[in-house]
Amino acid sequence: MYLTKAISVMLAAALLFSACSTTKPDSSATVEERTGKPVSRDSGSAQTEPVGSGDISKSGSRAENRAESVKYADPFNDPTSVLAKRSIYFDVDSFNIKEEFKSVLEAHAQYLIARSDRKVLLQGHTDERGGSEYNLALGQKRAEAVRRTLAIFGVPEAQMEAVSFGKEKPRATSSDEAAWAENRRCDLAY
Amino acid sequence: MKKTLLRIRTLLCAGVFMLTTAVAQAQLRVEISGVGTNQIPISVAIFANEDTAGQSISTIIRADLMRSGVFRVVNNGDVISETTPVNLARWRDKGVDALVVGSVVKLADERLDIGYKLIDTIKGSELSSFRLTVPTSFARLGAHRIADDIFEKLTGIKSVFATRIAYVIKTAGEYRLEVADSDGENPMLAIRSPEPLISPVWSPDGSKLAYVSFEDKKPIVYIQDLATRQRIVAANFKGSNSAPAWSPDGSKLAIALSRDGLTQIYIVNSDGSNLRRLTNTAGIDTEPRFAPDGESVYFTSDRSGGPQIYRMNMKGGEARRVTFSGAYNISPRISPDGNLLAYISRREGRFQLFILDLNSMKETKLSDAARDESPSFAPNSRYLMIATGSGSNSTLAVVSTDGSTRYNLTTRTGDIREPAWGPFMK
Repeated sequence: MYLTKAISVMLAAALLFSACSTTKPDSSATVEERTGKPVSRDSGSAQTEPVGSGDISKSGSRAENRAESVKYADPFNDPTSVLAKRSIYFDVDSFNIKEEFKSVLEAHAQYLIARSDRKVLLQGHTDERGGSEYNLALGQKRAEAVRRTLAIFGVPEAQMEAVSFGKEKPRATSSDEAAWAENRRCDLAY
Repeated sequence: MKKTLLRIRTLLCAGVFMLTTAVAQAQLRVEISGVGTNQIPISVAIFANEDTAGQSISTIIRADLMRSGVFRVVNNGDVISETTPVNLARWRDKGVDALVVGSVVKLADERLDIGYKLIDTIKGSELSSFRLTVPTSFARLGAHRIADDIFEKLTGIKSVFATRIAYVIKTAGEYRLEVADSDGENPMLAIRSPEPLISPVWSPDGSKLAYVSFEDKKPIVYIQDLATRQRIVAANFKGSNSAPAWSPDGSKLAIALSRDGLTQIYIVNSDGSNLRRLTNTAGIDTEPRFAPDGESVYFTSDRSGGPQIYRMNMKGGEARRVTFSGAYNISPRISPDGNLLAYISRREGRFQLFILDLNSMKETKLSDAARDESPSFAPNSRYLMIATGSGSNSTLAVVSTDGSTRYNLTTRTGDIREPAWGPFMK
């Protein structure tokens, strides 16, 4: 039953992503995306070599295309895509995934299902208050809650690992409510 | 007069590894509350020729005795050796009950010969005396040994001045796991890392530290031999590996692993083999600590909704809840004599050190601070070291379990946490 739901969600996502002119990676037109830079997708030409490795005239024309319309071969690299959201935030003492983040996780799930070569490391964090080890475990619970949500959305086990940094790697280093809220989170690290 | 020769091998185990960093002088401020009238008045004379030691032996002894909270240390500007005739009446008139005298001789081969005598000024008798020979670089250890003897002869309690502590200091963008003397002096580097290090714990024989390192971007438990600096991976399973605790015989570790989804407690041999699971709940079980008899494990669990401390037998079975006051109790530590449970409790938003007498089940608050963490018992069960403060202002503090004494260790600047008090040195 959930498989049907997964398929219907994927179709919805496909519609969403069609605006970026990519649905699934099409190997004949795949561009090397290891650099992470946006590369335009010229239809009809073989674009299998990495950006910059071609001769000057070719890369010049690529640059022109880039100026005109930035398209992303991989939605992962699009800073406006929902996939650019890589953090889920939590309330105090809580590991509950709030409604507002469910769609973000759904989008990441679609991506991972579509790209079986991709793995995500789920890194749980807490604010600085309380002991290191208990916070390590609380951070783990947050990462685990995210992992379970992604699993429900259909992501295979092998593509996810949940770990915790507890309070040891805060993003915001001051000691106030705003910093604490920023640090109560799970990051999706690819 | 006894002649005691300290084995050099023992001293070398105190700290062979890497850089000795000479740091700022300790600014000692000891807060004594309540039991001032019960303190033993003592005076420590300047030891004859103690300049040759490179350290002021008498100053180190005085500082040790003051920190213990047990003594009222009376000023003394006199140089008195163990052979100098002493006018006991003069010291009695100053209200001094015990007088410490001594001398230092520098030997030809970079060693020191230290003589010491403890005199009862009222009876006029010698309470203790010995000589010890140490390498010059271990002068501080020699002074701590003398202070230990003074403490033990006058209180009947085993003393902890000649012990070591481990802690993590975050400074200049790196994390350093250091081992220092119990007064914070002589810090030596065990390991440094650009990523966090937490939860150091001493092996019962004092030769190794287990700790958690994030150097591989996830928490992994290592065991490192302090003398050789060799280390092994004790636990690197899928997920997080943390919270190591040694069994009293040093053969096993209890650890917290999230390999099966949620953080649970496992037992593993100290060579990393023979993993077996101890707890099996749907929540968090972490921070295991062995009871001194090795038969049971205390740990933190949120199975009742919030973190509380439980105890269960090593062979399995039901866990018994131990803490009932407050909604948040973590970091259980058992005193080596088995009588006390120390922990951190969050009360009205403040994280504070508490102890529970395991015989009377009476709870006592030991701290009025707001951010206490990671308590560690001294090997004589009489003191607890904690990290206190927050963020870059975190320092180490020592609190006596009778609540009378508290002092900060101020020898290192930086963000200092995760203290672990080492065992008695052989």
